[in-house]
Amino acid sequence: MSNDAKLVRMANQIATFFHSQPAAEGPQGVATHINKFWEPRMRRQLFDIVDHRGGEGLDPLVLAAAPLIKRPAPDQSISQRA
Amino acid sequence: MSLIHEIDYGTPASKSEKMVTLTIDGREVTVTEGTSIMRASMDAGIEIPKLCATDMMDAFGSCRLCLVEIQGRAGMPASCTTPVAPGLVVSTQTPRLKDVRRGVMELYISDHPLDCLTCAANGDCELQDMAGAVGLRDVRYGYEGENHVRARNDGAINVKWQPKDESNPYFTFDSSKCIVCSRCVRACEEVQGTFALTIEGRGFDSRVSAGMHEDFVSSECVSCGACVQACPTATLTEKSVIEIGQPEHSVVTTCAYCGVGCSFKAEMRGEELVRMVPWKDGQANRGHSCVKGRFAYGYSTHRDRILNPMIREKITDPWREVSWEEAFAHVASEFRRIQYQYGRDSIGGITSSRCTNEETYLVQKIVRAGFGNNNVDTCARVCHSPTGYGLGQTFGTSAGTQNFDSVEETDVVIVIGANPTDGHPVFASRLKKRLRQGAKLIVIDPRRIDLVKGPHVEASYHLPLRPGTNVAVVTALAHVIVTEGLFDEKFIRERCDWSEFEDWAAFVSEDRHSPEAVEGLTGVSAELIRGAARLFATGGNGSIYYGLGVTEHSQGSTTVMAIANLAMATGNIGRPGVGVNPLRGQNNVQGSCDMGSFPHELPGYRHISDDATRETFEKLWGVSLSNEPGLRIPNMLDAAVEGSFKGIYIQGEDILQSDPDTRHVSAGLAAMECVVVQDLFLNETANYAHVFLPGSTFLEKDGTFTNAERRINRVRRVMTPRNGLADWEVTQKLAQAMGLAWNYGHPSEIMDEIAATTPSFALVSYDYLEKMGSVQWPCNEKHPQGSPIMHVDGFVRGKGKFIRTEYVATDEKTGPRFPLLLTTGRILSQYNVGAQTRRTDNVVWHEEDRLEIHPHDAENRGIRDGDWVRLASRSGETTLHALITDRVSPGVVYTTFHHPDTQANVITTDFSDWATNCPEYKVTAVQVSPSNGPSDWQVEYDEQARRSRRIAGKLEAAE
Repeated sequence: MSNDAKLVRMANQIATFFHSQPAAEGPQGVATHINKFWEPRMRRQLFDIVDHRGGEGLDPLVLAAAPLIKRPAPDQSISQRA
Repeated sequence: MSLIHEIDYGTPASKSEKMVTLTIDGREVTVTEGTSIMRASMDAGIEIPKLCATDMMDAFGSCRLCLVEIQGRAGMPASCTTPVAPGLVVSTQTPRLKDVRRGVMELYISDHPLDCLTCAANGDCELQDMAGAVGLRDVRYGYEGENHVRARNDGAINVKWQPKDESNPYFTFDSSKCIVCSRCVRACEEVQGTFALTIEGRGFDSRVSAGMHEDFVSSECVSCGACVQACPTATLTEKSVIEIGQPEHSVVTTCAYCGVGCSFKAEMRGEELVRMVPWKDGQANRGHSCVKGRFAYGYSTHRDRILNPMIREKITDPWREVSWEEAFAHVASEFRRIQYQYGRDSIGGITSSRCTNEETYLVQKIVRAGFGNNNVDTCARVCHSPTGYGLGQTFGTSAGTQNFDSVEETDVVIVIGANPTDGHPVFASRLKKRLRQGAKLIVIDPRRIDLVKGPHVEASYHLPLRPGTNVAVVTALAHVIVTEGLFDEKFIRERCDWSEFEDWAAFVSEDRHSPEAVEGLTGVSAELIRGAARLFATGGNGSIYYGLGVTEHSQGSTTVMAIANLAMATGNIGRPGVGVNPLRGQNNVQGSCDMGSFPHELPGYRHISDDATRETFEKLWGVSLSNEPGLRIPNMLDAAVEGSFKGIYIQGEDILQSDPDTRHVSAGLAAMECVVVQDLFLNETANYAHVFLPGSTFLEKDGTFTNAERRINRVRRVMTPRNGLADWEVTQKLAQAMGLAWNYGHPSEIMDEIAATTPSFALVSYDYLEKMGSVQWPCNEKHPQGSPIMHVDGFVRGKGKFIRTEYVATDEKTGPRFPLLLTTGRILSQYNVGAQTRRTDNVVWHEEDRLEIHPHDAENRGIRDGDWVRLASRSGETTLHALITDRVSPGVVYTTFHHPDTQANVITTDFSDWATNCPEYKVTAVQVSPSNGPSDWQVEYDEQARRSRRIAGKLEAAE
């Protein structure tokens, strides 16, 4: 399974949980969870799917949560050499 | 240093609070009601001679040595079976008592060998002590005649004599030295609860027998050692004592196996470990042990241990032994090179749940302060991370709510997704003791575990659910409790958010959550669920104990929340006898989580984005910390395969064997440029390592472990590290090589830093632990004595939070190609990936992993017991031997993962818990078919493993 597909599945699993919760919690719940537990490169990959591939495969609740998800700083692998 | 001699009061302490005063030998003594005269005397410092009595067991009154005289009462009652009463006047020594005792001893000794000088118990024999105490000077009966002592009497075969039973690898049974006091039989019943021993025959023919006159290793004996500990003679003796002799000093320390965290006395002769004896003051185990902690420590001196650091350029090269300095310099330069080339976030570390709190703390510190990122995780990721999330959300803290003593006050127990008699044996013994006293048991497990029906223990309900349907079953239990009005409204109104409860109650009350509605998918009859729910809600103190059968699912976190909901709805939180109790797999899983091993939080479960917490550590460490969560283990492997993660420091963790989807793990490791493994042995992960740093055992270092009940226990060094450095020193020197100014002189200084930065540990120090024995966190100004029970006056988060728990079927589904469900677990004699226990005589009990399969499924496939079978899933395939049993339901198969050649994790998938990425080990769709032998993958793997373990200039290492 490709990394993208795995990431989409993980995001959708989170969304599935929040679908069952009171509606008001939905998008915020998904976003908070991802902000708390997803490392920046995972969020970057998620935004790549949201921004450049029309959110392909993502649960609508993940898309609704996207504006609330913290945008990671641009790829630091070059700029932040130790 | 000297040998710790624990006082044996002869009978257990009474729990009464009423005091009684009596006179013993002219001294006024005040004790609690129900205390025996024997114990009351010992309290006053008067030791009444005894042989069959010991305070680990109830009085028995058979040896007739502990007799006393009581004014106004006829005869000479046994002091062990006679309770105190107000105003009694007791004499423990009178001319008549002296004569009778001496006469009794004389009879014992007339049928006992007189080889005291060469006897293994010499120096530790109660029979010898008592002969001395009563002044035995002569045996008038002589030693001829009927006896159990000699193989031959006057040349004729003596049918009463029995050869020594040496079948158990750890102790011997020599019937010729037995005085038939029944201590071993009672220990097996009362302490261990296995009932493997009995007294066969009557009168002079009486004899201790394992099972139905079997040898020990063929009987039901689980080799816990309780009988050996109880034996007052050399009849049951540790083989190590026979070989080495009596110990001369002892040190109290903590077992490094499961999460029960038993306290042991390591009994030593010089630096040689003679034996491990459970410590009666140990508050987790109360003087009991299992075969692992008691006996399976031989791995610490096993010839496979690697004692020198090693490096290699490529994983196909043989290892090259180097100095510590060269190894540290190499790692430091490699890690810095990788960060320069691929970015700061391209490396990370894994802390070990087998190492101490102090060592774990240092590994997360080197990652955060030295690597400059938060890419640190721990093996709890693959076991109890959903506990952290689920209990954090509902109660506000990531920990079990009770101490182990709490089980003594419980009335109804739910055991779900755990197999305590194998995974947490000492807790299981304590639970069984309570069940024999009348507490009720509900087991929720796909498999008929031993607790479902055993000697004098039987579950009231066993819910044999289909793997993967925990949420549906637990929510259905809640449905019954809510719709039948069995919830505890007073508790909920006081302690929880009432509107959240109403929302939840409406949710679980929906018809689709009723036992009848979910029967089809869970496979559990509705009547069983209704009965179990009613029993739990109305049966008194209700407690829930759970294990990895709850957490290792795609809905692991949801099940933990469902369990928390159930406990809150029935008011079973905040007092002894109740609660939610995760049974932790490894000795220090709790501690490694507490110490900030997760990539999103600092020690004490404080999120990395919290500025105040970060500032505390930044000030102390003199660095700035990233406020972004790091990668979790599965994410690290994904990132490695994708090319952005290139180096890792793994302390005491074998991810290649223990983590799911082996091919993915090996691909991830193979993609890295510097894999550093610190371990006792060249484990499976080391096949992909470039640097190997030898580790030290728990016997070789100081530190603390925190067990499943949040108890912080001291680990004490009893021998010099064979590899030269304790694990904390290895991490410190690596940090120094990377330019960090660390200078800890002793692990106590690390604990001081933890206490200074982590509020729940504020009062913890080695001095304080010395004084208190052990403490359970939180231990701070508010709870100076520690916290045996949590959430006593209210939940840590304020109000308890009810959360809806919708059942979502896992994506791992059975179908025509993979029609069976595989679930995995452990066995008593082996531990985790087996790296330690496979290197002990415990292999006698479990040489290989076997596939349990129901007779119907076996029949359909033409499989006979013991056949090689091929086990295949969507991820991969392996082969192992079949074990046909109806412990598993039709449609379900089961295996353990203790042996690397089985490679059970080639089969498991990369599905994981929605909240924490904890892998779904417990559900894999598989097919089973007859096979001729090991799969190509196993052969290939074995070959690769063998090649990768070559050390230049040495013969091939065994493993």
